[in-house]
Amino acid sequence: MLLIRCPWCGPRNETEFHYGGQAGVAYPADPAALSDEEWGRFLFVRANPKGAWEERWSHAAGCRRWFTLRRDTSTNEMLP
Amino acid sequence: MSRHLSAGRIDRARALRFTFDGVTFEGYAGDTLASALLANGIHHVSTSVTHGRPRGILTAGSEEPTALVRVDAPYVEPMRTATTVELVDGLVAEPLAGRGRLSGPDGARYDAVWAHCDVLVVGAGPVGLSAAADAAREGARVILVDERPELGGSALDLGTAFETRDLIADDLAVLRSHASSPEVTLLSRTTALGVYDDGFVAAVQHRTDHLPAGAGGTRQRLWRIRAKRILLATGWHERPLAFEGNDLPGVMLASAAVSYLHRYGVLVGRRAVVVTTNDTGHAAAATLAAAGVEVAATVDTRDAYPRIEVFGGTRVQGVAVRDRRYDADVVLVAGGFSPVLQLYSQAGGRLRYDAAIGAMVPDGCRAAVGYISPLPPPSHVPAPQGGYVDLQRDVLVSDVARATGAGLRSVEHVKRYTTAGTAHDQGKTSGFLTSSTVAAGLGTGMELTTFRPPYVPVLFAALAGRDRGALFDPVRETSLHDAHVALGAVFENVGQWRRARYYPRGGESMDEAVDRECRAARGGVAIMDASTLGKIEVVGPDAGVFLDRVYTNVISSLPVGAIRYGVMCGLDGMVFDDGTVARLADDRFLVTTTTGNAARVLDWMEEWLQTEWPDLRVWCTSVTEQWATVAVVGPRARSLLPAGCHDLPFMRWQDAVVAGMPARVCRISFSGELAYEINVPWSRGPALWGALIGTGATPYGTETMHVLRAEKGYPIIGQDTDGTVTPHDLGLSWAVSRTKPDFIGKRSLARPDTSRAGRKHLVGILPLDPSIRLPEGSHLVTDGVPVGHVTSSYHSETLGRTFALALLTSGRHRHGETLAATLLDGPKLRTVPVTVVSPVLHDPDNTRRDGDRAEPVALSASDAARRPLAAFAGDGVHLTELPLFAQLNVRAPAWMPPSTAHVTATHTALWLGPDETLLVSTPESAPSDPSTWPPAGAYSVVDVSEARVAIAVTGPLARQLFAFGCALDLHPTAFPVGSCAQTVIARAPTLLWHPATDDYRMLVRPSFARYTAAWLIDAAAGYGGQPWERVGGTRD
Repeated sequence: MLLIRCPWCGPRNETEFHYGGQAGVAYPADPAALSDEEWGRFLFVRANPKGAWEERWSHAAGCRRWFTLRRDTSTNEMLP
Repeated sequence: MSRHLSAGRIDRARALRFTFDGVTFEGYAGDTLASALLANGIHHVSTSVTHGRPRGILTAGSEEPTALVRVDAPYVEPMRTATTVELVDGLVAEPLAGRGRLSGPDGARYDAVWAHCDVLVVGAGPVGLSAAADAAREGARVILVDERPELGGSALDLGTAFETRDLIADDLAVLRSHASSPEVTLLSRTTALGVYDDGFVAAVQHRTDHLPAGAGGTRQRLWRIRAKRILLATGWHERPLAFEGNDLPGVMLASAAVSYLHRYGVLVGRRAVVVTTNDTGHAAAATLAAAGVEVAATVDTRDAYPRIEVFGGTRVQGVAVRDRRYDADVVLVAGGFSPVLQLYSQAGGRLRYDAAIGAMVPDGCRAAVGYISPLPPPSHVPAPQGGYVDLQRDVLVSDVARATGAGLRSVEHVKRYTTAGTAHDQGKTSGFLTSSTVAAGLGTGMELTTFRPPYVPVLFAALAGRDRGALFDPVRETSLHDAHVALGAVFENVGQWRRARYYPRGGESMDEAVDRECRAARGGVAIMDASTLGKIEVVGPDAGVFLDRVYTNVISSLPVGAIRYGVMCGLDGMVFDDGTVARLADDRFLVTTTTGNAARVLDWMEEWLQTEWPDLRVWCTSVTEQWATVAVVGPRARSLLPAGCHDLPFMRWQDAVVAGMPARVCRISFSGELAYEINVPWSRGPALWGALIGTGATPYGTETMHVLRAEKGYPIIGQDTDGTVTPHDLGLSWAVSRTKPDFIGKRSLARPDTSRAGRKHLVGILPLDPSIRLPEGSHLVTDGVPVGHVTSSYHSETLGRTFALALLTSGRHRHGETLAATLLDGPKLRTVPVTVVSPVLHDPDNTRRDGDRAEPVALSASDAARRPLAAFAGDGVHLTELPLFAQLNVRAPAWMPPSTAHVTATHTALWLGPDETLLVSTPESAPSDPSTWPPAGAYSVVDVSEARVAIAVTGPLARQLFAFGCALDLHPTAFPVGSCAQTVIARAPTLLWHPATDDYRMLVRPSFARYTAAWLIDAAAGYGGQPWERVGGTRD
């Protein structure tokens, strides 16, 4: 079980968190201006790298804050 | 008897009787079943799984591949290794043929604890003891686990020289002197099962298996350990060799024979042939010879490895070495050693083959995990001759050769092809032999298969711990639960909630009860507990803007006092939730969600506010358990409302006094009838319900609610939808704004797939035979082509027939068509004709919405109240529910340090998040007006005085009680007095506050409170009538 460092509450078990997928995927400023393909890409396409990766977590059973975590997907190591 | 006169650590003053295969034998305290059998001259213990060959005892430890038994008493266990069963008086065991069969419950208790340490040492041999003692001397928090009953490890196997023994004694003395403090925990009979991410280790402790039956206490305990550093002092496993007859009972590892002598005083045979690949075989031969075993011959494969064949039936009778035959009753094999690297490898440690010593050795680990046992002495690795590589799986050398010959190029593939290494022992002794056979066959390098947890087999019961039966999962109850029970309700689970489904009277069936409840709701007045609906207060100057983005329709135009139905979509345009929104004030809305979706909707709102729209001044607070809600439904519903509410228009709310208590009355209908939802503070729910029941109103449950709403064509999100359904598909286009520039899901509703013709629509379905109730999930078929499925199906008292809702391709354009619906007729599928109709089957013109005018009926205030939680006073821990108190959820600029409490004379602020605090009064607070508590500049203040109950857990053992269900480290250095934390305790969300030494306050939602109280008392009350047991402590 991962030990995830909540920036507010400190290290907590993974089971206290909800996963939010890839970080830094902003909601488009004007969705109506996007083509169907661009919108589909925003909706459904995410990176899946081996190694360093930025992802979003929410401390659902704690302070309910969303934050970004850097993790190595091949080792589960938490990166600074 | 094959006992040495003096050797061994058994207690010869305590003889124990046991039964094996129907014969009664004697052994001693300190024996294992295996050592006691060997002492009685029995080597043949089991029968192999595939070839049906007799098998004996290869090892003296948990790596044992073959000595499998079924234990019938004191506890039934279908499959154990005799080498790990501690002998107790009255033990009954049977030889096992192949594999065991699952047994039923054994009546024993199991539990789990969380533990935290700086250093976890696995293995209490000389190295592990020394490392643990060093760490303890430096003041570290240390946990030392060892699977054996007695600490000492290989020193006890080898009967080590006196100097080493003294060092071990010193280390043990250091550890024992620290063990009385909470900083050092010595756990014998405890096996580390697996190493997981971030220093997480699961270990199982056998607590009572060595005690007389009925000794009480928890039989096994699962330790969930978070360690900053893990030191593996796990030693080595000796390996067998592959030659003809190497599986006969009496063929044994040389180290095991030495161990049986030194630990149990057992001589494993009278005349031995020794086969060794290294120096230790000669030492073992010398040790055993000195103890009285005749060594007929020693083969050292470094000199020569002549062809060896073992003869015998159910026991070794002799050994042929090249052309010479030796009489012998045991063959002792010293095939080299493999460092025990299972846990190291699980932690991500790399392994490397070291040809110089003939073993896989550790080669670095990214995690804070180290293997600290010394590497084994160098060993020759001879080519396999024949016989078995995996005794447990009956895999022969020739089977491995066939696998490599068939073209398999990896040990992983060979493992799956031959099953070598897959049984209960996971190839602990055979893995290296299999790999070296593969390497020899292919001429490649050594490679091992992946190690996976658990290291040894573990009982499902141990993994379940106390999370079984009534404590398996929290059951959430509304404040009206006892009233439903008193009315004879039949309940159903909705998410974690337990809801009243129907209230049978006088032997009614469900259908009869539901028909009666429907008649009352459509013809008179009926009431339902709707408290489980999720409720969220959305507060702030931008709340309207926010809700316009979250809902598909316009919310911001709602006047204060009005209510609107709203639909939420995901980004993909599919319906995610629905409910009503009431505007309480210009900057304050009350959102309701479906019962099962409350937490997800709140998370969803927070996600958007925090990650996309941080500029919006909006704050969301759950008030689900602030309000008990009773729906009052039927043409005479008005009569149960005070006169001041009689002119309340549809979809409006007002404050009122109902049955003498402050209430918020909302005129909302989920049935098409005149209906109200009366909200009162959660704890007053029973009083309101009692007053309404006192008027003769009919209580109805969720089943009737479903029928009533389905007759009106109202979908239930999650039942009539499945994540592929848009609001348009449901016929809710009227609730989708065309004017808003954007809302979540809007862009997706214009995607080609979501806007295409031929999507599935919600329709009504009427079987031509009005008595046939279609099963939910029935396929709808036309010309043999499936075109949809039934999502809801009921009998309707109002329509006098059955009906269903369905999702049907182009359904809106198919009204009037006849289709076939499938249903199971016994084992056969048959079809019945059905007609497609509008989903609104009852009162399509909404003529019944306003009900009848009626004189108000006097409600007599009921004194019904929530039953308080059970209290507990035990040795070292007390549990009490604290009286109700004022609570305010306050959002304000960050002003206090995280995870702390700030105590004032009148109230205490508990930190919930960077801008969120809970202000509470406590029994110690001076009386004051809560409205004066919030700091100046607060963004949002929501009264949540009913939304949590408080349980005080006090006493010197309070912290240990939490270890059973709280993953947080509550050590004083990690959770000092004055701390607070939101976390999960047992399986319930909990706000934990530590106001003083030996004093903890748990604030839990009232719907979870009975579960939490039951869990706490179960944990505190001890086991099997025993008083409190200390967590941890020395038990060696």
